[in-house]
Amino acid sequence: MTELYAWAAIGLVIVASTTGDVLLAYAMKRVGDVGEIWQRGGALAVVGRVLTTPTFALGVIAMGIAFYSLLFGLSWGNLSLVVPAAASLTFVTNAIAARIFLHERVGRQRWIAVLLVAAGVVLMAL
Amino acid sequence: MNSRKYLVLAGITLFGTAGDSLLSRGMKELGGISLRHLSGLLLAILNPWVMAGILLLLGFFACYLSALSWADLTYVLPATSLGYVLVALIGHFIFHEVISSTRWLGITLIAAGVGFVAAGPSLTFRREGHKDRDVTPSAISEGVKP
Repeated sequence: MTELYAWAAIGLVIVASTTGDVLLAYAMKRVGDVGEIWQRGGALAVVGRVLTTPTFALGVIAMGIAFYSLLFGLSWGNLSLVVPAAASLTFVTNAIAARIFLHERVGRQRWIAVLLVAAGVVLMAL
Repeated sequence: MNSRKYLVLAGITLFGTAGDSLLSRGMKELGGISLRHLSGLLLAILNPWVMAGILLLLGFFACYLSALSWADLTYVLPATSLGYVLVALIGHFIFHEVISSTRWLGITLIAAGVGFVAAGPSLTFRREGHKDRDVTPSAISEGVKP
């Protein structure tokens, strides 16, 4: 039963954080290089620019759901299973989502990386 | 990619790892939270370990957002997965969690995957309206926006 709770939490983390990551990446690309904005307008300009980007708030809400699911999972499972399983599987779903929604060029090197991480995650769950 | 950007990526790995580890320490102290007592999740924030973990994860979040503003999501994420390798090592050496040989192999594969991504360009997406303009490979590897 404890294991079931841990894997249910892992599943929730994957769905919520993939949604959150894509929304946040989209928002930050619209904001632009924060290092450059900082140099031109200071820290307040960065904060203002980020907070007024609508998709940022949606991304934070999704990440909040992922965060509480992770807390829930950590109270039931081992640190060295829950964190790698949830977050590295998210890495795979994110690569697919980034290609579809963010139009990133996921080339051969990055797909190999995705497969290596996916295989690594399966081994860690055995 | 300049040194400031590599510092931000290192911040992602270190803050994320330390934050997760402190959270785990705090949650273990509190014990299992059941579905019937979800209020326990809200009260968990009052635990000092959980609180410190959340503060470090805020530092992680700032570095993560900064990196996403100048690099691909598929480039930044492996930097976070290096943290999972670190988390497993901390779980093993500090919390004495048992790590089997297959799990060690998994850790190795994840680390290799990170190496593959780090060897490539940091930014590949093209902005709307610039779709016809070609980007030279050197410009991509420098992280120059098209």
